[in-house]
Amino acid sequence: MAEEQGRLTKTHVLEYPYKRSVGPVLGRFFTGLRARRIEGVRAPAGAVIVPPLEYDFATGAATGDFVSVGPGGVVTTWAWVMAPRPKHPLDRPFAWALIRLDGADTAMLHAVDAGTPERMRTEMRVVPRWRDERVGHIRDIVCFEPEGA
Amino acid sequence: MRDVAIVSYAQSRSVRRELGANEVEMVMPVVREAVERSGIPKKQIGFTVSGSCDYLAGQPFSFVSALDAIGAWPPISESHVEMDGAWALYEAWVKLQMGEVDSALVYSFGKSSMGDLPEVLTLQLDPYYLAPLWPDAISLAALQARAFLERTGRSERDLAAVAARSRRDAKASPRAQLAGDFDVERLLADPYLVAPLRKHDCPPISDGAAALVLAAGDLARKVARRPAWIRGLDHRVEPHQLGSRDLTTSVSTAEAGRRAGVGKGAVDLAELHAPFTHQELILRDALGFGDGVVVNPSGGALAGNPMMVAGLARFGEAAERVMRGDAGRAVAHATSGPCLQQNMVGVLEGE
Amino acid sequence: MSEAKPVRAISTPIRLEYSYTAGRASTRFLRGMAQGRILGQRCPECGKVYVPPRGSCATCGVPTEEEVEVTGKGTVTTFCIVRIPSENLSIPPPFTCAHILLDGADLPFFALIQECPFDQVRMGMRVEAVWVPKEELGPTFECIKHFRPIDEPDAAYETYKEHL
Repeated sequence: MAEEQGRLTKTHVLEYPYKRSVGPVLGRFFTGLRARRIEGVRAPAGAVIVPPLEYDFATGAATGDFVSVGPGGVVTTWAWVMAPRPKHPLDRPFAWALIRLDGADTAMLHAVDAGTPERMRTEMRVVPRWRDERVGHIRDIVCFEPEGA
Repeated sequence: MRDVAIVSYAQSRSVRRELGANEVEMVMPVVREAVERSGIPKKQIGFTVSGSCDYLAGQPFSFVSALDAIGAWPPISESHVEMDGAWALYEAWVKLQMGEVDSALVYSFGKSSMGDLPEVLTLQLDPYYLAPLWPDAISLAALQARAFLERTGRSERDLAAVAARSRRDAKASPRAQLAGDFDVERLLADPYLVAPLRKHDCPPISDGAAALVLAAGDLARKVARRPAWIRGLDHRVEPHQLGSRDLTTSVSTAEAGRRAGVGKGAVDLAELHAPFTHQELILRDALGFGDGVVVNPSGGALAGNPMMVAGLARFGEAAERVMRGDAGRAVAHATSGPCLQQNMVGVLEGE
Repeated sequence: MSEAKPVRAISTPIRLEYSYTAGRASTRFLRGMAQGRILGQRCPECGKVYVPPRGSCATCGVPTEEEVEVTGKGTVTTFCIVRIPSENLSIPPPFTCAHILLDGADLPFFALIQECPFDQVRMGMRVEAVWVPKEELGPTFECIKHFRPIDEPDAAYETYKEHL
């Protein structure tokens, strides 16, 4: 209990360990990440959805075959973080980006370690930087970086 | 469709941090005022529904203890949405449409100041692909802003103009938290927060509560001199994954607006729930509003953004102006989810 | 690294920090605790006394402002014997928790019973609060360590049956 401007305040920590079962579709994607492989899934209507979902968001139909995509792709939009927050993927200024990997019809969110905002451009090509120890998690990709960096 | 109207509205002044009152103490005076102004005795109100978010409070079932503010005895017919109060209004409106009740009390509240709001909002995201990266709400909005600016050719100056206008108009509102005269050039000289967004492009962090009363048909005509009739109300949602949407257009707002009948007549004013400056421009485009439509005379969410309340507040502010006779036909909009994922549009008319 | 086992689950821990404020009614109560006093509030409409106070009467939906001080003496209205061990418990089970209706209050609250064999707690048992030493008083409900039985005849069922 603390005093603040004559009021009583108290810090409360909300913490949940959460271990989430992923099922066969997401599970296959995460298993692939562990092996430095990125896969999407094809919707019956034809779109390749990355990261994969069990159902096509446009029609509701169950998605089908897995499709290898990337590893590189194109930035469709980005934003430059001037002051990263503690839980962000990087602890120095970086870009969030939506990245449409080669072969995919949707874009995925991740960080891009471009160094400076001047190196960021919509439509630029980026490639993943893999974590040394991978477990099957979206953070097996540490971030993306400009292709040819 | 049954005639249903908003017959009263009350809202606390948005503040950065409500240190004195807890949620119950914040809700009580607002509910009391809305009920008194409605002219309907509290015990006669047929249905009560609230909108709030447990993660804002850091406690599961926090909305249950908020019922202490209502006086739920004898037992009342009551419901709750873990969303902005605008969706509580929607549920109440549906209940009235079904003819089960003739009146409803809708309230919502949120104390964003207690937690780290950008982090809290991260928990609304997909827990497998998005949340583990902990993208905050401002970062996501910035992604949308850049895409919008690049596709449409609008500029950061256009965004700053929205911020300046909103806070200037907010000077007339006693409920506003952030009001005043801001020079666009000075705003543009400020550093980015998450480029292309600067601090002025973002809403303030606010604590607050709001309540309104709905009444149907003859009851509304009896208790209110000039009810704000809900002539249309609809909400639509888009896919959750940001990379699966066109972030620069709000197709769900356009669709909800079509179904609510926005285009059926002239619009005197619109209260649009746009927490970020670029979102007002996206919403204007989606609803077909040119420069002639007055948007957010209250200042909007940029002047005060109590989470879970700001959407309901757009309906309340629009309704008040209709009830006062300042507008004959108004549009109200509320949003939920990252980057305008889900949108509700209502059309309010005086008699 | 073996590819044989497909990924079945991912670990996604979350941790959020909040700064709670006590609210007006709770603040009055907690400052009373720091003085070794138990302060409730009375509803202006139905007259019910809330201990601890919440700032509103839950049945009337109006603010409660009139302050009412009560002693630490009260009655057990119901109880339970805790047998399930848990990491967070400082007291080894079995032990008894009870709803205590303080004299002068209209709502019971949940508290620990000690200084009494766990299986001798009963409805109607008269108890009193046991406070921490004076130098340890502060704005917290933990100023009251637990309740213990006192040497008074059990309260008649009629006196607390409306508060079950």
